[in-house]
Amino acid sequence: VRIASPRDFVAGLLFGGLGLFMAIYAAMHYQYGTAVRMGPGYFPVWVGGIVALLGLVLALGSLRIPGPPLERLRLRPTLFILGASVAYGFLLKPLGLVLSTFLIVVVSAAGGHEFRWREVVLLAAALAVFSVGVFVYALGLPFPLWPERFE
Amino acid sequence: MDALANLALGLQVAISPGNLMYCLIGVLLGTLIGVLPGIGTTATIAMLLPITFNLDPTSALIMLAGIYYGSQYGGSTTAILVNIPGEISSVVTAIDGYQMARRGRAGPALAVAAIGSFVAGCFATFVIAFAAPALAEVALKFGPAEYFSLMVLGLICATVLAHGSVIKAIIMILTGLLVGIVGTDVNSGVLRFTFDVPELSDGVSLVALFMGLFGVAEIIANLEYRGSREVFTRSVGKLMPSREEMKRSLGPIARGAGIGSALGILPGGGSILAAFSSYMVEKKLSRRPQEFGKGAIEGVAGPESANNAGAQASFIPMLTLGIPGNAVMALMVGAMMIQGIAPGPQVMAERPQLFWGMIVSMWVGNFMLVILNLPLIGIWIRLLQVPYRLLFPSILVFMAVGVYSVANNPVDLIIMAVFGLFGLVCMKLGMEPAPLALGVVLGPLMEENLRRAMLLARGDPTVFLTRPISAGFLIASVVVLVLLALPVLRRRREQVFAEEPT
Repeated sequence: VRIASPRDFVAGLLFGGLGLFMAIYAAMHYQYGTAVRMGPGYFPVWVGGIVALLGLVLALGSLRIPGPPLERLRLRPTLFILGASVAYGFLLKPLGLVLSTFLIVVVSAAGGHEFRWREVVLLAAALAVFSVGVFVYALGLPFPLWPERFE
Repeated sequence: MDALANLALGLQVAISPGNLMYCLIGVLLGTLIGVLPGIGTTATIAMLLPITFNLDPTSALIMLAGIYYGSQYGGSTTAILVNIPGEISSVVTAIDGYQMARRGRAGPALAVAAIGSFVAGCFATFVIAFAAPALAEVALKFGPAEYFSLMVLGLICATVLAHGSVIKAIIMILTGLLVGIVGTDVNSGVLRFTFDVPELSDGVSLVALFMGLFGVAEIIANLEYRGSREVFTRSVGKLMPSREEMKRSLGPIARGAGIGSALGILPGGGSILAAFSSYMVEKKLSRRPQEFGKGAIEGVAGPESANNAGAQASFIPMLTLGIPGNAVMALMVGAMMIQGIAPGPQVMAERPQLFWGMIVSMWVGNFMLVILNLPLIGIWIRLLQVPYRLLFPSILVFMAVGVYSVANNPVDLIIMAVFGLFGLVCMKLGMEPAPLALGVVLGPLMEENLRRAMLLARGDPTVFLTRPISAGFLIASVVVLVLLALPVLRRRREQVFAEEPT
């Protein structure tokens, strides 16, 4: 079978699957209760079930209603941006604000189209100074500045 | 006149030197971040939320409100000059505003946007002053059934705003409700969908979620797109609109203020619905509809006024009912909770200074925007000239700090990354993230009220139809759904969305 709208097909399966998963998971793990005294499972089972149903409708419709093709996800910016953010969160305490700012700037910039070392280092330095001045000194957020053992 | 006395009290609070300063800082910061392309109002507020944590409640809310309309104003500046709408509500402004800029009329477009916003803001302030007490009184009569039905109406209205198919928008709303379930169930204490992650027991952090959905996803999408942006920098020229342009803007500004104030009150409505409706109305009423899309000043004046009035009016359901009508209001509710205030009908009676101070500060803030922004436009333009390869790492740093500082917890950054990826996938699949955000916000409130209503009615679902106010909301929801399905309106809705630049 040729799928007329690959985008809707994937969307229908993805969201329908998510709804189905949550409905089944809730039905298995949480008490359903009654209409008078709803248990923690009641609402998720219903909402998840409806999402599953609508996802199915969307996927079935995509078989005959034509639509746009799927766009590809470009890996490089995705991985670099997401990776930089997560790394920043986990390294902020052990490395301190200055080094983590350098890290997030350099890694995320590497996910862009152009990467110029000099420019990126200058930007990182400027943002590190700004972060320390505004977030730590002006706003009093409790971030360490440098790695612990150097303090 | 009660309303006037209340406004006088508010004025007293709003123009105390300290609050005046916080309002100014909020407005300036909001505009500054809002001008940056690719950062919408929601992400701006989420990012700046932490700076209000240490303030007293009144000042914090005044500052947040300032950030809100400041960022909206900044967003329209970017929409006019760069044709990158920061938020959906300025999509409409970008259509004709950008065309005006290309014809060398960027100055008047910016000026009309500012003046229109101010006039509409003044009007909306009075609407709030008169409508809010009445609504709070009605709200005291609301039971769980009414709350539930009102939220159904709000969610249905949110589908009107979504691009693409209605079924996709409904899927997104319901998925949002599912995400909202994550966390501890208030009735039974059971942890739901937390998958043994202790940080999820309080639910998904809204700041992290919005930042991922509206900030990170946007950055990645921008990096995938390798086009050049046209910035109109040298051609802003004179700011003052010509007499002819002023005359053409008057009607749209007045109508925009009315449309915005009316639609903003609807939960799920707010500025976006207002801006779109105003554009449609102006195009319909205009004697020169063919100019729309080619730089008609009415297409800037109307939506910009409506958008600002809608933004202010959307405070009404939040303050009087405790129902956040959009993602921004959800962040406001979060901020109020952090300050130890539960939004709802009691706020107005118990903390009149906070309530009225905030409302009048909106008017003060709009006034500051007009005074400050017209001369400051040179700075905003310089900011727009900064290449994106320098902007996006900076934006990411601010977002990361903002998300981290809410709870000083690295797990929130994982949540941000997960929803960044999710938001990106949604974009690729033509699924709009805004309805999902509203679902997440309203989910817990809806479930809670559904359970209470059913308990009170002993499991009889007809309670939603036998209570008149509740039935009214549900009938309105059905009407909206039927209207959406009508072929004529469906075509019109598609037309409006088709006109927007991509």
